[in-house]
Amino acid sequence: MCMRRIPTAPALALVLAAEAALAQDSGLGKPLSESDIKQWDITILPDGTNLPPGSGTPTQGAKIFAEKCSACHGEAGKGGVAPYYPALVGGQPLTNGIDTVKTIANYYAYATTIFDYTRRAMPYNMPRSLTDDEAYSLTAYILALNKLIGENDVMDAKTLPQVKMPNRDNFIMPYLDQL
Amino acid sequence: MAPLIREEIMSKSRCRQGAPLLDFVASNGLIHRRALLGSGLTIAGALGAAGSLTGAAAEPIVDAPWSLAVGEVMPPLQTPSPFEKGVTRALSNPNGEFRTSHARTPHHLLGGTVTPNGLHFSINHGGVPNIDPAEHKLVIHGMVRRPLEFTLESLSRYPLVTRMAFVECAGNSAPMFSKEPLQTTVQMLHGLVSNAEWTGVPLSTLLDEAGINPMAKWLVAEGGDAQFLDRSIPVKKAYDDALIAIYQNGEHLMPGNGYPMRLLLPGYQGNMNVKYVRRIKAINQPAYSYFETKNYSQILPGGKTWRFHFLQEVKSFITHPSFGLSLKDPGLYAISGLAYSGTGRISKVMVSADGGESWGEAALQGPIHEKAFTRFVMPWRWGGQPAILQSRAYDGGGNVQPLRAEFVAMRGEATRPVTTPLAFPNQHYNSITSWAVDSKGEIKHVYA
Repeated sequence: MCMRRIPTAPALALVLAAEAALAQDSGLGKPLSESDIKQWDITILPDGTNLPPGSGTPTQGAKIFAEKCSACHGEAGKGGVAPYYPALVGGQPLTNGIDTVKTIANYYAYATTIFDYTRRAMPYNMPRSLTDDEAYSLTAYILALNKLIGENDVMDAKTLPQVKMPNRDNFIMPYLDQL
Repeated sequence: MAPLIREEIMSKSRCRQGAPLLDFVASNGLIHRRALLGSGLTIAGALGAAGSLTGAAAEPIVDAPWSLAVGEVMPPLQTPSPFEKGVTRALSNPNGEFRTSHARTPHHLLGGTVTPNGLHFSINHGGVPNIDPAEHKLVIHGMVRRPLEFTLESLSRYPLVTRMAFVECAGNSAPMFSKEPLQTTVQMLHGLVSNAEWTGVPLSTLLDEAGINPMAKWLVAEGGDAQFLDRSIPVKKAYDDALIAIYQNGEHLMPGNGYPMRLLLPGYQGNMNVKYVRRIKAINQPAYSYFETKNYSQILPGGKTWRFHFLQEVKSFITHPSFGLSLKDPGLYAISGLAYSGTGRISKVMVSADGGESWGEAALQGPIHEKAFTRFVMPWRWGGQPAILQSRAYDGGGNVQPLRAEFVAMRGEATRPVTTPLAFPNQHYNSITSWAVDSKGEIKHVYA
């Protein structure tokens, strides 16, 4: 029947959308699926988006830290011999001055940053070598050293975003119009 | 040479012995920029009584040995003359220890506005990666209709755009937070900014092709270096003037500047101009990555903190003369330097030779590009007297480079002694730099 050749409204919309896409599409980008990018997609958002399965505790983290981190960051994260390797524990009040050393405890807004950066960039000479469980364990250890979580708290995709960082609400955005 | 008479106040005065009329635009020898527009005679007038600089030549001029023999074979890739071997970047980590490395541009040894590629400043937090351009990929994904992968080859097929832009580390000039002025060169104080012609593909083109979701307000851009350095970028900036740059001053990017491709965000802090960019993910909230959480965020007096302070605000500094470049004799000099603003074009640069008591407007060397270096020049007759040289930039958005007292009142000073220019007590310093010239022509860094 000739009626069948007339596209239905949803089908017409699809055709138009495809044409619009074609008009904008140089054909130079190679289409991918999100699953193709999974290994690269290591961005963790403050609300916990994209945190992987797995977990870790401060006790587990202490063992890994001694093995893989303390050579630079010092015993129990107290800081390395050279000033370049920051302490991961402690921190002075920011009211001490504009040059106060920024630390996890006195500065960071979200605990997810610790997991994200540790997993993507540490150890310095072996980036991306930690397993997700190791990254959770180290994050738990560092948070416990700073007394931001309990000694036996388990860090995972659910608990990590709930850690309240002390300096979270102390920020001002000077250029809101740029966002 | 005849000694020059010390000049006190001059708005307009006539030089002695029938020299052409000289306009002094501010005290201590600053000459009106219109002197630069006229003939050589006009500028020669600036010399005044010292106009005849040379006496009788001691020896006759003869041919130089290099003129009397065939020169050397041309190399395939030119490098500067061996006589320029001292013109190099200053390295903060020459032995490659496991920490961030900085290479600072020697502005006091350069002219014009374009930073040569070999001297462009560079900071790498995890070393300089050795990237095979045939294997490098840029992926755009997240809140998009369809994720896309690009290569250097595919990006090169777009109609590319070219623009001038400075890139400045947010920590450039950080030693100026010191309570005491550090005695060091403009390279060590302000060497973490450079300027180049960048060529690439507008990021907006690629986001449109991927079909970015209107709900996506942020992008996270990530590099392929050993830190996988990542920063959150407002989508608004991406659609304003962001590029995926693949050429720098006409050649592919330098390894330290992001080879084979980098994000270029004109006017925004250097760290956001993600090098070796391999991934751009459209998201609905900022990621609070390590670098935006810690390093590139700053503490204010009283303990409040700024985050997402992206703009490199209006700024200038005198490169010639400056610390390390002493004045040999009284006479004519050009006070020259660099001005730039992350907001737009430089509209005016004022120069003072008396520590800010009086100011004259400098000549700007065109063309004046948005968010790029503009060189300013001010003819100056130095009579051998002490002087304090300063520059102050204004941009087309009505922003003015703050005086040091204004800046310190708002942003504070370091509470602890700053013992090295490699330190970063705070971020985003854009106040005035003062060079004090003594009667011997030696130059010190002062606060005035």
